[in-house]
Amino acid sequence: MAVTRLFGSSVKRREDPRLITGRAMYTDDVKLPGMAYMAILRSPYAHARITRLDTSRASKQPGVLAVYTGKDIDGKLNPMPCAWLPKDSDLKVPPYRALALDTVRFTGDGVAAVVATSAYIAHDALDLIDVDYEQLPVVTEQTAAVAAGAPQLHEDAPGNQAMHWRLGGGDVDSAFRDAEVVVRQRIVQQRLVPNAMETRGTVAQWDPGMGELTMYNTSQNPHIARFISSVVTGIPENKIRVIARDVGGGFGSKIPVYPGDMLTAFAARELDRPVKWVETRRENFVATIHGRDHVQEVELAARKDGTVTGLRVKAWANLGAYLSMAAPGVPTWLFGTMVTGCYTIPNFAVDVFGVFTNTTPVDAYRGAGRPEAAFLIERMMDLLAVELKMDPVDLRRKNFISKDAFPYTAASTLQYDSGDYDMTLDKALEAVDYKALRREQEEGRKQGRYLGIGLSTYVEVCGLGPSAAAGAMGFQGGLWEPATVRVLATGKALVYTGTNPHGQGEETTFAQIVGEELGLPIEDIEVIHGDTAQISMGWGTYGSRTTAVGGSAIILAARKVRDKASKLAAHLLEAAPEDIVFDQGRFSVKGSPARAKTIQDIALMANVAWDMPEGMAPGLEESHFYDPVNFTFPFGAHICVVDVDADTGEVHIRRYVAVDDCGLVINPMIVDGQVHGGVAQGIGQALYEGAIYDEGGQLITGSMMDYTVPNSTQIPTIETIRTETPSPVNPLGLKGVGETGTIASTEAVVNAVADALAPFGIHHLEMPMTPERVWRTIEDAKRQSGTTPATPGR
Amino acid sequence: MYPAEFDYHAPTALADALHLLQGHDGTVKVLAGGQSLLPLMKLRLADASTLVDIGRIAELRGIREDGDAVVIGATTTYRDILDSAVVGRRVPLLVDTVRQIGDMQVRSRGTIGGSLAHADPGGDLPATILAVDAQMTAAGSGGTRTIAARDFFTGMLTTSLNEGEVLTSVRLPALDQARTGSAYLKHRHPASGYAVVGVAAIVRLAADGTCQEARVGVTGAGSQAMRAGGVESALQGKALDDATLADAASHAAEGLDLLSDPYASAEFRGHLAQVLTRRALAAAVARARGGPGA
Amino acid sequence: MRQAIHVTVNGAEHGYEVEPRLLLVHFLRDVLGLTGTHIGCDTGQCGACTVLLDGRAVKSCMVLAVQADGAKISTVEGLATKGELHPIQQAFWEKHGLQCGFCTPGVMMATVCLLADNPTPTDEQIREQLEGNLCRCTGYQNIVAAVRTAGERMRASAAAPAGVPAQARAE
Repeated sequence: MAVTRLFGSSVKRREDPRLITGRAMYTDDVKLPGMAYMAILRSPYAHARITRLDTSRASKQPGVLAVYTGKDIDGKLNPMPCAWLPKDSDLKVPPYRALALDTVRFTGDGVAAVVATSAYIAHDALDLIDVDYEQLPVVTEQTAAVAAGAPQLHEDAPGNQAMHWRLGGGDVDSAFRDAEVVVRQRIVQQRLVPNAMETRGTVAQWDPGMGELTMYNTSQNPHIARFISSVVTGIPENKIRVIARDVGGGFGSKIPVYPGDMLTAFAARELDRPVKWVETRRENFVATIHGRDHVQEVELAARKDGTVTGLRVKAWANLGAYLSMAAPGVPTWLFGTMVTGCYTIPNFAVDVFGVFTNTTPVDAYRGAGRPEAAFLIERMMDLLAVELKMDPVDLRRKNFISKDAFPYTAASTLQYDSGDYDMTLDKALEAVDYKALRREQEEGRKQGRYLGIGLSTYVEVCGLGPSAAAGAMGFQGGLWEPATVRVLATGKALVYTGTNPHGQGEETTFAQIVGEELGLPIEDIEVIHGDTAQISMGWGTYGSRTTAVGGSAIILAARKVRDKASKLAAHLLEAAPEDIVFDQGRFSVKGSPARAKTIQDIALMANVAWDMPEGMAPGLEESHFYDPVNFTFPFGAHICVVDVDADTGEVHIRRYVAVDDCGLVINPMIVDGQVHGGVAQGIGQALYEGAIYDEGGQLITGSMMDYTVPNSTQIPTIETIRTETPSPVNPLGLKGVGETGTIASTEAVVNAVADALAPFGIHHLEMPMTPERVWRTIEDAKRQSGTTPATPGR
Repeated sequence: MYPAEFDYHAPTALADALHLLQGHDGTVKVLAGGQSLLPLMKLRLADASTLVDIGRIAELRGIREDGDAVVIGATTTYRDILDSAVVGRRVPLLVDTVRQIGDMQVRSRGTIGGSLAHADPGGDLPATILAVDAQMTAAGSGGTRTIAARDFFTGMLTTSLNEGEVLTSVRLPALDQARTGSAYLKHRHPASGYAVVGVAAIVRLAADGTCQEARVGVTGAGSQAMRAGGVESALQGKALDDATLADAASHAAEGLDLLSDPYASAEFRGHLAQVLTRRALAAAVARARGGPGA
Repeated sequence: MRQAIHVTVNGAEHGYEVEPRLLLVHFLRDVLGLTGTHIGCDTGQCGACTVLLDGRAVKSCMVLAVQADGAKISTVEGLATKGELHPIQQAFWEKHGLQCGFCTPGVMMATVCLLADNPTPTDEQIREQLEGNLCRCTGYQNIVAAVRTAGERMRASAAAPAGVPAQARAE
């Protein structure tokens, strides 16, 4: 489909006025008459049998309305379903109950729920529930969990293996047999805690007369929440309404439906009064999904001239104690398909082992699988460059998929839509003056100054995605989007989307699309999302799909509206339909511009329907159900420049340049904002963030005092450069930008630090690269080599 | 999070506060700015059946000069200290320290006395309090007494304050003499903002430029803040070149019961103590050479 | 035992009897219904609950309502006057200083205090003073731009920031 739109205007966001005046409606802001408050007692142990559970003291507490245990909900709430079941992967799906029945399997597993007249009383009552636990052996790390003799979590998952999944292309064994050079590295993608600033929560209201459940829920995808809630509660899907108006960040953690959500719904129905449950942050740390957590063994085969010929990956993905909703899809399809990155690597093989451990369930966190893939290949390219003593720029260029090769079918069988990898790399190199930096690096090293330059030339798969592909991958849902555009009699428009933007700005960009298509002023367009009673269906906001898929549905619905309006204009102007010219909200007759009707005139006439052409229905409203024909493949080049203080191990990011190509851009301001935030999270992983469990399975980084969510002094200024290579797969020509920053940045930072420390013989570091880790790596390297490079003058 | 129930009193006279602290069964705690205590109570890691809020006792708040010292009331906030021209002129080391505590909001509420009485091993103030040889005044039912900084900190989260005693003020000898310089440097915990290691250094030069006196306090590294005696004596009378500073700084962790946590091991803390001591001394020396109170 | 408190919030006086353990943030949100002030953590790191207490930015989850007895409090709901956005709000809007918006009220209230203290902050000073306000969406870059812009505008119009009483400097 031809791309005809020219967007590119940094329109101020339509969603902001309510957000900056304190008038937004996040879930915790909902207050209903008679509302009660729920709190959840969570297991203090990572693995234990519950031998006694006595709620009588708590129940007698004044203000306590009910206390529920696993036995109370047994048979009334079904286990939490897993919604991604990769085919041919022998996946085990052990029951994941909203409250444990007899065994708890991670610190934070639900044991009981208290409902009381105030949140304070509910939390007081938690201390009055008497539980005896018989502790069981604990395993938290995935390679330990699959080792012989490890504690077993689930009877039906021997060896704690949830699944073994494979993907490959070409002939990887021959590639390695014939390789002139092979580089190997064990890579640990540490576990991250998403930490959306708003914790999760639900307010549930039961209408006994109608038999209807209304749930205000912090969800990225209210329709999926409706679907899952129906499965768990047994309430028919058409008797459930989910509302998620303002959501305070998600980053993947608000895709799943959680036990707490279902307990809130259960309690509201049992008690016949509204119930609110909002996580504390401490609770969020243990009860909301975590991200990443891979251990990878990676091998890269190449010829001496730098041509990469093969890639072999074995990855152990820690899935936590139970399968979160999309968990099995993240380390498989969203990871394995992208390990060859932007390079022509003809032979590859990926083996992924999903592993149960006594930890919080792991699921999608911004990028979801693709950061793990991009990190892997970009890290390996640097290691190969070191091995071959090649400049990492030259090595990358040698292996890039050429811009003439698109659409390019990779060994993974994915078809990359469009790209020009040399162009984005050129721009990034120019922006930092790469040659000058290399000269400075060489000079500095003589004086004990450690400057590092890190590259990341990434490509990602976004715009999820064709529903047929979803089905083929075992995703238990579709990935299409509906849209409705309704123009009212007064010329004001309502636009309905099944995606649920929560910070990404689509209340604005979608209005820009419709405004441009129909010639309506943007302030006359209201974008409605986050309410299953208003929007027919939707698969939500994640996977950088909101604009690529939801926006495409909208532009096609808007075009239908315009077509109808054009026909009505022809009728009213007594002209032939083919003689109507549309320009900026005016329908005029070819050759006589004065004979015209505005879109507002047409909206009025369509809505009153006094004079419709033969066979035309009244109203000015159209819907479109859009299913993309392919994924999109945003790409770019990021360069991070660091100075490392070898005395203290501190890493200072001197410059960060991000060149991103997410196809055509509707709102540059918003696109840049997405890149800033994504890069910040990627830098967070590289330098600051990491969940740590102790041997007993306690999350010792379980609060914002221990787990570093980067603050304003820890994130540098990010220089953004946009290039626009249109995507041919959707009518907007865009690719999506929500995850690029996170996918691209972590490896740029690690590559920079490894580059800085090359004089010590250091070529790889684990994350987060805390001062101690950097310092220790340097000290170890010094000891091993017995030599010391120049030290800084004091 | 939600604190458990407690009784609350906010006396306006110190005598009433002391009386309240005597007369209660159960756990009585003194509430000053609340920036350490309230988070602990919310997490139900600290509990108190009664809180005595000393924030409304006027005599406990304020800054005054007293000869060669500055006296700061216990409930004086960090923000008050930063806003004080007197402190800035006479004890610049305290300003250097306080501006690195917590964040803007914490500095609005947090108090010098509350922090010292809480004696968190990652607190910043102890290093400075020790380096300046401050004196604490405490009031109890038996009257008031003065406690030297060296005797004040007795261990992790413990001080020599007795049950029922309230820290009322801190007296800091002024540092605005000739050829005197000071600096506070810290390695900040990236999440909590506490001092993983914090070093306060004061250097006074003799007329010939050699070291007349050096005083160094180290916090964060160990279970309690300490003076780095080995560093101080290694500098005494020496010409202060880089090699001398580095050599002296190598004693920085001596005698410390080094802490270890997932962010920083004992070994790394010991190493940081040395690096930061070297750098703090260098900064203090530069300021001492730059002129009085620099 | 409940205790009586009297506070002035955004210029309006309120008298209530509250439990001593009631946090100021819960008093504002649940008793007064001012839900623009958010709760993001338990431990005082995130700053989403930042309000002005007698002109100074504080984290209202680390203050008891009873401690605020007699105080003047400003929240995000009091920033705009007569429907006109405060220059800080305008700057956050124009510079895209927010995405999900959850941390934003706290960041803006901290900004009021920051700019009252230092009307001409450098970017580095802005970052240092906002260290106690965590944002997971923006990477802080446009927050810094918004604060810088607000400062410039407020200087240009020489208008005192709304809701901040003249600061009595402690000496």
